[in-house]
Amino acid sequence: MRRRSPLVLAAVATSALILTACGSSDSGTTESSAAAESAAPAESAAPAESDAAAGGSADLSGQTLTISNWAGYYPEDLATQVEASLGTPVTIANHATNEEIMAKLTAGGDSGFDVAFVSGQYAQALNDAGLLEPIDATQIPNLSNLYPEATQLAYDPGNTFSVPYTWGTTGICYRSDLVDEPTSWMDILEPSDENKGKVTQMTTERWLALPALKALGYSINTTDDGQLAEAKDLLVASKADLLAYDDTTFYSRLVSGEANEVVAWDGWCNYGTAENPDIKFVIPKEGSDLWADTMVILKSSQNKEAAHAFINFILDPANHAWVAENILYKVPNQAAMDAVGADLAATYANMGYSPSDLLKQETVVDLGADSVKYTDLATEVTSS
Amino acid sequence: MSATTTEPERGAPRRRALVGRAVFAGPGLLYVTLFMTLPLLIIASYTVLTRGRFGGVETEFTFDNFAKALQPIYLSVLGNSLLIASITTALALLLGYPTAYAIARLPRQWRTVALVLVVLPFWSNFLIRTYAWIILLNSEGPLNTALVNLGIVGAPLDLLYNRGAVVVGLLYAYLPLMILPVYASIERLDPELQEAARNLGAGKVRTFLDVTLPLTLPGTLIGAIFVFVPSMGNFVVPELLGGGKTEMVGNLIRDQFLVARNWPFGAVLALSVVAFLVILFAIQAAIGRRINGGGARA
Repeated sequence: MRRRSPLVLAAVATSALILTACGSSDSGTTESSAAAESAAPAESAAPAESDAAAGGSADLSGQTLTISNWAGYYPEDLATQVEASLGTPVTIANHATNEEIMAKLTAGGDSGFDVAFVSGQYAQALNDAGLLEPIDATQIPNLSNLYPEATQLAYDPGNTFSVPYTWGTTGICYRSDLVDEPTSWMDILEPSDENKGKVTQMTTERWLALPALKALGYSINTTDDGQLAEAKDLLVASKADLLAYDDTTFYSRLVSGEANEVVAWDGWCNYGTAENPDIKFVIPKEGSDLWADTMVILKSSQNKEAAHAFINFILDPANHAWVAENILYKVPNQAAMDAVGADLAATYANMGYSPSDLLKQETVVDLGADSVKYTDLATEVTSS
Repeated sequence: MSATTTEPERGAPRRRALVGRAVFAGPGLLYVTLFMTLPLLIIASYTVLTRGRFGGVETEFTFDNFAKALQPIYLSVLGNSLLIASITTALALLLGYPTAYAIARLPRQWRTVALVLVVLPFWSNFLIRTYAWIILLNSEGPLNTALVNLGIVGAPLDLLYNRGAVVVGLLYAYLPLMILPVYASIERLDPELQEAARNLGAGKVRTFLDVTLPLTLPGTLIGAIFVFVPSMGNFVVPELLGGGKTEMVGNLIRDQFLVARNWPFGAVLALSVVAFLVILFAIQAAIGRRINGGGARA
């Protein structure tokens, strides 16, 4: 949903739409280390270090890994890096949305994936469905790099079936040179005259509901029909002053001046800031969410040791810092964030949010059978 | 069977003809049956099942999906789609018929050039062309900038993200599908019929209304269907040029399968559209038959 590097940005809005347009759930490119395999046959120096770090030090060259991650949410040469380090051939498939990878993972039988990247509440749902392998902490010594706060998130306290990859919040991304700093979600839902027709909202179900639920003082995880109905009315009324629904290109609308204020994930607001320093991010006073994107190991995987070693590789401070520096999303890895340095937070204020800042927000959790209420709400709001 | 035994000399060739026909028609029929009928049957079976948690269906019978489709909110989406597709088709007819007529009256070598120009947009990707409209029409785009700078309007116009923008996008996408069949029927028209009408004292308008128009009506109806059907099902244009605010039935169906993961409800909607279009085709065919049939009997 929210993740793609600025590099592929232009192509992405297009390709995401091509994918939806084709009605295809096939996820575009896959990157394989096959080329690297023949180019660099078993150079022994590189793997040695991290094998020692992996504790188990099992020979993983007999295992292979198939991973699905969001396009542009990881280093382009990740497959090569992992193979050089672990000796395990890696294939990485891309997905565009949580919904897409969930469809693949829940279709029944062995999905063929060993590790998948999904948002926290989706990891929770997968675990409820019995599809996830419990995380064996002894095989992932780098778990100790995580902020203590990041190990106790509401969707999975203790990281029993998921390991966080990135985390952040949702707020308002705005043009500080054109409008005053927004303070409330109502600035989006009932914009002032100068902002009428100059705001965008997101359509992904939970995040479509978020501004209205928070503005009304309700939980973003509410399942109360009355509260959801109130939120729906507010959202339907807000359509009159809405420029468009936009989950993918909202920051470029700020850059072009088409919009003044947009509902945005923190990391994606940073892509706007990168092009125009007057684009800033703020969490409205009513509060917001804490979301996390996580790594999970599938129960059906035949390569569980390699899967654990892969997660350990990602949690390596240098590897995880790359994500923060290049994807511009915060990573829940203390050692990595320490390595990132303060100048990133000087440019992108939300990169400086501390774990305790994030924990003031409400963690998105899976709602089980009641999740349907949010999909119905989204359908009804966009249809009305 | 008795026919073959009593009249072998006639039965054998007939059987041979049948085999020949099967050889020719078989692959196409098989293709259509497999890839059209089977998915349709699967969709039909989904309509009475219950949604799965992450998409898919659970085998629990229900008619709730049909009841849901009849809720006012979804009926209004269907009505909205019908309205937009009808407006688009009407505009395509108003623009397309004269264009096709003019092309058919061009010297032969220029006709080809004109037809190539009509289909030229198809050479580039539909999505890219739709994005081009966003760049063209947005509040900071060249059109608005020009209008403001020329002092024609005081502030940029809201040209995008409304129903009008959706119609503009659909019309742009499907106008060639109106022009081509209309052109074909005008071009096929025997000019002597028009000459005869003129010789018998009919004016230009009368000739057009009584001779040209009725004879090109079947082609025009085909053009109308070609524009109406994809306009009705389109979900890219409403999403991009409508800003996701103008929901059409295509978006609703797409979202049920790919976003909301309510396959049974999506199946009901998809089947309703198919049923609706079948009725439309039946009407078109009946009109076409009456026109052609009348001619054949005469």
